[in-house]
Amino acid sequence: MQIKEQPTVYDAIIVGSGAGGGMATKVLADAGLKVAVVEAGPFFDPALPEHQTQLKWPYESPRRGAATVRPFGDFDAAYGGWEIKGQPYTQKNGTRFDWFRSQMLGGRTNHWGRISLRFGPKDFKHKDVDGLGENWPIGYEDIKPYYDRVDKLLGVFGSKENLPNDPDGFFLPPPKPRLHELYYIKGARKAGVPVFPSRLSMLTKKINNERGVCFYCGQCSRACQVYADFSAGTCLIFPAQKSRGQVDLFVNSMVREVTTDQEGKATGVSYINKEDRKEYQLRGKVVILAASACSSARILLNSKSAQHPNGLGNSSDLVGKYLHDSTGSSRAAFIPALMNRELYNEDGVGGMHVYSPWWLDNKDLDFPRGYHIEVWGGIGMPNYGFGFNPNEFNSFFGLKTGGYGDQLRKDVKKYYGAVMGFGGRGESIARKDNYCEIDPTTVDEFGIPVLRFHYNWSDYERNQAKHMQMTFEEIIHQMGGEPLGSTPGAERDYGLETPGRIIHEVGTTRMGDDPATSVTNRYQQLHDADNVFIADAGPFVSQADKNCTWTILALSMRASEYIVEQLKQQNI
Amino acid sequence: MDRRSSLKNILLGTVAGGLAVHGCTTREAAEAAEQLGAKTGFGYGRVPEELEALEKLNAETFLNPHERETIEVLAELILPPDEKFGGPLDAGVPDFIEFMAKDYPDFQPTLRGGLMWLDHKSNTEFGMEFKSTPEAQQKSLLDGIAYYDAKVPMDEHPLEIQFFNLVRNLTVCGYYTSKAGIEDLGYKGNMPNVWDGVPQDVLDKHGLAYEPEWLEKCVDQSQRGVIAEWDEDGNLLT
Repeated sequence: MQIKEQPTVYDAIIVGSGAGGGMATKVLADAGLKVAVVEAGPFFDPALPEHQTQLKWPYESPRRGAATVRPFGDFDAAYGGWEIKGQPYTQKNGTRFDWFRSQMLGGRTNHWGRISLRFGPKDFKHKDVDGLGENWPIGYEDIKPYYDRVDKLLGVFGSKENLPNDPDGFFLPPPKPRLHELYYIKGARKAGVPVFPSRLSMLTKKINNERGVCFYCGQCSRACQVYADFSAGTCLIFPAQKSRGQVDLFVNSMVREVTTDQEGKATGVSYINKEDRKEYQLRGKVVILAASACSSARILLNSKSAQHPNGLGNSSDLVGKYLHDSTGSSRAAFIPALMNRELYNEDGVGGMHVYSPWWLDNKDLDFPRGYHIEVWGGIGMPNYGFGFNPNEFNSFFGLKTGGYGDQLRKDVKKYYGAVMGFGGRGESIARKDNYCEIDPTTVDEFGIPVLRFHYNWSDYERNQAKHMQMTFEEIIHQMGGEPLGSTPGAERDYGLETPGRIIHEVGTTRMGDDPATSVTNRYQQLHDADNVFIADAGPFVSQADKNCTWTILALSMRASEYIVEQLKQQNI
Repeated sequence: MDRRSSLKNILLGTVAGGLAVHGCTTREAAEAAEQLGAKTGFGYGRVPEELEALEKLNAETFLNPHERETIEVLAELILPPDEKFGGPLDAGVPDFIEFMAKDYPDFQPTLRGGLMWLDHKSNTEFGMEFKSTPEAQQKSLLDGIAYYDAKVPMDEHPLEIQFFNLVRNLTVCGYYTSKAGIEDLGYKGNMPNVWDGVPQDVLDKHGLAYEPEWLEKCVDQSQRGVIAEWDEDGNLLT
């Protein structure tokens, strides 16, 4: 089979169309460059009626929204999941990492929680504080201007609070708290946990004439048809297509490897077109990998040549190493004060209106780094699972559970909206022995060698999860509530989620000034090939107790402007 | 508020979707999906593989006629029809249970085994299949399996309790996720609107109030359509 080549030489080939790839596409197109965007999944636009799940009713799905096909429910916007047919990944030494992939234009940004937190000054230099992990080669001041511009370009609501490690930005005004959130504010404060308006990338106010304003359906996970939430497709790729440059979009195109020349410089990529299952090549002056931290590591490791025998960018042997996800542990509670709710439309934005950023000093604690608390609850749209064990809370009042008949209708209404949930999302310590690598014995249906994961939590993360559970129980108690289920103890790692489950994969191509201890430099440029850049969360040195997307965007903007500059100066 | 016209008002500009270079990607694929969706009646953003899988599930039958009739009797005992909103049969609950049994095959042994248990018990006690016994006898039988100790995990209860719990769960869920059930429940959302806080009478009833300093940070909904501008310190000016 002959590999099919295109005559075009692009200024840049961007692999992946999520947050990192989307931003790179926007910056390069705005600079008038000719770029190819290569996306493994299909085209997706939530404004097209045939793609929409937003504003659908549960009965429009024969499974009433159950998660038997899409892991976050039948109406979730993400195509893909923890397993993708024909594209396996494997685990090493009995360890486990769960990998969520979404192959579609915009990737995982179509369904994400839009929690858009800047990393703080301490997050870039945390080794200086506790001696663990590694410092970033850059600091908050280097990235602040880009965060500022990302805020204005894409929109994020929040409030100025002058917190030392949770920097303020250019915020849209936040929505008012809902009833259960007012209860949370009260209970959390009594437990010594501060609460602030949350910071989510949804437009509570207009930012331009291209995007609509939030109409409060609470369904951002279904992707917004008026583009009022940030998704990379709707807010970066589409505007880039209307910008100065040329954007050629290659969808259903699975990149196999970066091709290189005699000098070891990248010449482009080869990919498999999923529709005809044939291999193609694209040529470009620059290759920007933004396929997700793990997928980009996979492409690098599969890009072996005489010049890069250990895989592209892997002379340090660190590609795939230092993989880390956020910690996560959650708890639900029954809040009697929220029984017999008055009913009105409180859908709000598709996420919490309030949250608690990390508030403690670790010197009094038995774990390093912190976590933030996310909250959920309310009188939301019933979906699959609604009405299961409809009167189980009777047991808190010494009443019988179960039964049948008219009483069930009363019970359902009595308890509707009386459940709240609390999620801790925290920082783990990046470790060299948590990694992904190429499984030498397994390929996917395109013949591309697949990833094999090796990942263990340590007591740092377990103790953090234990602290989360203690905190939740204290808050629930202060709210007059009852925690549901038993306290997860050591036998269940205190409810600590399996690595990968929080879907904040970072660190596989970490940045640094020393080529022996890092994969990219501070501009996310491979030490080993100066025309290859990584624009996803691979270059993260550490994760912080924040979500990674806003930092991916700021870093990608910064790296992309560096690329434009370098191309202009003909340095690459 | 009419959903379609309000959406149109909210959509401030028409945004053209991008074109893809490769293959039958955008239009053709979308059109194919739409056609398949129209054919199957699943017009809620399915990709072609999902539509094919739905078609396949729909072509199968799990419950035989007797089992289905028994499920119908059970569902109406669990949630007796309401004059205004109807009951599980009007809400399509048996179709939902049939679908879930195929969609999540783990339910099958519990459902089928439980139905057999029910008829066996009914035959033993009353000399008749469950669905044909008088309602009083049906209820006396259910009284023995309808209650459970919530402190014991469900999978540690006897099968007949698990069975009835499953049918109850799917019936209540199926009803309250139907059009009539949602109305019965009183859920008011899933339509464009503007959230401007908890109604004052609700705050009063709960003895809660918004703090002035918190409210000051929140969105002024009369200005939501005005393009945001900030000073250089990030203070919103508009």
